[in-house]
Amino acid sequence: MTTVLDVQDVTKVYGAGDTAVHALRGIRLTVDEGDYVAIMGASGSGKSTLMNILGCLDVPTGGRYLLDGLDVGALDDRRLAVLRNRRIGFVFQSFNLIPRMSALANVELPLAYGGVKAPERRRRALAALAQVGLADRVGHEPNELSGGQQQRIAVARALVTSPALLLADEPTGNLDTRSTEDVLGVLDRLSADGRTIVLITHEDDVAARAKRVIRLVDGRVVEDRRAAPVAGPPPGPAEAEVRNR
Amino acid sequence: MTLEVLRFALHGLAANKLRSGLTTLGILIGVGAVIMLVAVGNGSSQQVQKNIERLGTNTLTVMPSTSGGRGGGGGGLARLLRGGSGGAAQQTGPRAQAKNLTVDDARALADAKSAPSVKSVSPVVTASSANATYEGTAHAIQQFVGTYPAYFEASNAPVARGTYFTADDVLNGRKVVVIGNTVAEDLFGTVDPVGRQITVSGVNFTVVGVLKTKGSSGFQDADDVAIAPLPAVQQSLTGYGALNQIVVQATSPKAVDTAQSEVTGILNQRHGISGSNAADFQILNQATLQSAISSSSRTFTVLLGAVAAISLLVGGIGITNIMLVTVTERTREIGIRKAIGAPKGAILGQFLVEATVLSLLGGLLGVAAGVIGSRFTVVGVQPVIVPSSIALALGVSVAIGLFFGGYPANRAAKLRPIEALRHE
Repeated sequence: MTTVLDVQDVTKVYGAGDTAVHALRGIRLTVDEGDYVAIMGASGSGKSTLMNILGCLDVPTGGRYLLDGLDVGALDDRRLAVLRNRRIGFVFQSFNLIPRMSALANVELPLAYGGVKAPERRRRALAALAQVGLADRVGHEPNELSGGQQQRIAVARALVTSPALLLADEPTGNLDTRSTEDVLGVLDRLSADGRTIVLITHEDDVAARAKRVIRLVDGRVVEDRRAAPVAGPPPGPAEAEVRNR
Repeated sequence: MTLEVLRFALHGLAANKLRSGLTTLGILIGVGAVIMLVAVGNGSSQQVQKNIERLGTNTLTVMPSTSGGRGGGGGGLARLLRGGSGGAAQQTGPRAQAKNLTVDDARALADAKSAPSVKSVSPVVTASSANATYEGTAHAIQQFVGTYPAYFEASNAPVARGTYFTADDVLNGRKVVVIGNTVAEDLFGTVDPVGRQITVSGVNFTVVGVLKTKGSSGFQDADDVAIAPLPAVQQSLTGYGALNQIVVQATSPKAVDTAQSEVTGILNQRHGISGSNAADFQILNQATLQSAISSSSRTFTVLLGAVAAISLLVGGIGITNIMLVTVTERTREIGIRKAIGAPKGAILGQFLVEATVLSLLGGLLGVAAGVIGSRFTVVGVQPVIVPSSIALALGVSVAIGLFFGGYPANRAAKLRPIEALRHE
């Protein structure tokens, strides 16, 4: 089994001197291919900082971070852009779709930056949209869609490049119960297909859907619990409900 | 991917049509103004050129120099100086020796052997404000000229109706006259003047032709003239005194300077002027006048162009301003694009293309506006477009887009993705 994520003693400090904030105080973490990890923690626990570092949007103050065996700290701007494009799919809490662009164009965007030709791009974008169950909404702009639909489009955008890792930063944080179920259902299916997923949440019922739950407190890992084997399917909604009871 | 970047840029512009339109307008006005004002400058300089050409081409005008000073401008000053020094030592030559221009002088200049570059010579006497009457209607002719037939060609004065007078008319001293358009209209109204008689200072002249309209040049109405054979005018109006001027026509534009030196040589000899003595005549060279005026009108055009260039610059700053606003406003979008893997070059390209499209579009519309605007007469000047000004203005507008768009675009491209995403 290959290791997708290898985080070695990563620290992150904001500011300097007396006002320095230690967001991460030495995180050690490995994630294998096909795993579905939920990172939990109260606000200020450093989970978002960790997510940004994992997504190559931010750089750690100390430690090493290997993605697919590649040391991210050693890469320059251009290579980082390629890495973000090919290896990582990022889903944000606030969807972050580009306004005034159709759902299809939004999903095509990563492929456009990856240099994929137009017909191929369209085919793959349509396939990704079908995967999240929005094949009938391709022509709609983000402001014409519900929050749940927007987030599913964001998921489609994240997985259209077939990335090694799907990162989701509180993907259900801005959604109602039904939409949350829609999005979690999509993630379950992706996990069942063998996609590696790392998700941040502070809701127990969301974390219960993952195969593994990691709890962060004050920038340190305090709990790392496996709920289901890496190779098997994710627990799913029924089992998650049982577990939460 | 280049195509994609272009598409993103156009999409960005289309998203904010009013703003894009107003920014374009700034460049439009700048480019249009450059083309238009340069065309106006060029048109007015061509108009001046044409006015000079109307006075005659390839011609030299020899005039007596009342002071004996060399050249035209120095005359008055030299006279003042001499007056002030009470007639003491006169380095410029003795005044008493100054001779008038005569018909014999003119004849000498017409000698093909000593002056091969001279095509024709016309001695000229001028009576100013000659009163002409026709059947009770009176008109004071501004200039009544007595000369030879060659004068018509030399002074670029073709007839519109009737004919010129001939060398035969000159030899026989016939009292015939060719009148200007203003004279014809004032005296005859709608009647055809050819063949009719006018009375000038009690002498009857038969009108044989009417000159083509020249239009006014400066203060003088160039059409308020009458041209008659030299002996007839001398006999009836001016007397057989000195000539007012001798108009010399050179064989070709290139020969004007040679002709000038030939004329100078001959007249120096005839008037007994050697090195130490100042000439008692001056020669007005049409070509020199023309180059002096065209150089001053070039300065005028450059000045107009400079004013327009400033408005182009202001338009360019407008582009920078709008692009900065756009970048700030779309920082979050830039963050999203970077988060999903847009390379620096793509972001840079997108905003640079936006700025360039704005300026190029403005430039093209400005060219259209300038070209259309130049079709109208502006304060009496018909603008003439200088093709290079179009290329220059368009080139500058694109360069402005690249240059002024470069800073905001670079700022956008340099943003760290996490900072851009956090931007609200």
